[in-house]
Amino acid sequence: MDGGIIQPQRHLVDYTASLFDEGFLDEQFNQLELLQDESNPDFVVEVVTLFFQDAERLLDELTKALGQASIDFKKLDAHVHQLKGSSSSVGAQRVHKACISFRNSCEEKNIEGCLKSLQQVRHEYSLVKSKLETLFKMEQQLSAASGSFSR
Amino acid sequence: MDTAGDVLRQSLPAMDAGELHVLAVDDSHVDRKVIERLLRISSCKVTVVDSGTRALQYLGLDGEKSSIGLDSVKVNLIMTDYSMPGMTGYELLKKIKQESSVFREIPVVVMSSENILTRIDSCLEEGAEDFLLKPVKLSDVKRLTDFIMRGGEKKVEQRCQKRSRSDDCSSSLSTAFSLVSHPCDLSSSPVLSTLSPSAMSSKKSRL
Repeated sequence: MDGGIIQPQRHLVDYTASLFDEGFLDEQFNQLELLQDESNPDFVVEVVTLFFQDAERLLDELTKALGQASIDFKKLDAHVHQLKGSSSSVGAQRVHKACISFRNSCEEKNIEGCLKSLQQVRHEYSLVKSKLETLFKMEQQLSAASGSFSR
Repeated sequence: MDTAGDVLRQSLPAMDAGELHVLAVDDSHVDRKVIERLLRISSCKVTVVDSGTRALQYLGLDGEKSSIGLDSVKVNLIMTDYSMPGMTGYELLKKIKQESSVFREIPVVVMSSENILTRIDSCLEEGAEDFLLKPVKLSDVKRLTDFIMRGGEKKVEQRCQKRSRSDDCSSSLSTAFSLVSHPCDLSSSPVLSTLSPSAMSSKKSRL
């Protein structure tokens, strides 16, 4: 009987839905899933992994840039723009939104605002990272358990 | 005797089995991966580079070679990000369109995460075929590749933003375009009027 995968499958569907409901993910994440198939079964994980790498690098750069005696807002903005772009490309909506407000602070050359925004972006990033890692783990467990039933 | 049409047909790459070869340019690793997949899924041959400089190198337009033979043109479409460090997508577009060779006939599409009307206008004015808002979707790529494959023509009339594209076919056509995209067109006369009525009407209903 396939009772062994109904619960986990349900759990996965519910969990995924919650990520959308809570605004962690948006439509772009669905778009990425459309690009995944038997010939590219790990596409979503691969892209999201690239996003994690990008984000971590950029968050380091941002921290460094804000730690300078004389802040280069242009450089700061360039890094935020990159992070805004890649978060948008994977559907990490809350990170993307946090980057938009970060850019506003950069434009205003508002150091306080920038520091707050960086904190906010870091926070949203760590949330979505942990949620996506949970999601991928669930998918992995499901596909291991269900063999031919996996997506 | 060769017509100008025949000459151009020889110079521009015939599409392998109806496959477009697209050169994608983006400095973002994430976006390169996504655009590559979008294009592959849309049955295109894809080359991805991370800068405008590398794009020009790939095309053989970087001035390194002394004589660039027409047979070195390898792509049917260029898709470039707008905001890139070093050479922007806009600068790349200008460089390509300033070429006095078949290179300037390659359609160039600009992608950007920012919906800035003046930016869109200047790209279209410089000869960009289209301007796509990021994140680029599968439907965007399908629409674009269908358009190019059908012998897409440049619109010389009022260019609208991507989302409010007019349905009218431009009446003044770039004949070089119809040549680029119809290597299999067996008729000797390359102008659009030789297309079948169904092709014409499907052109009108697209974009």
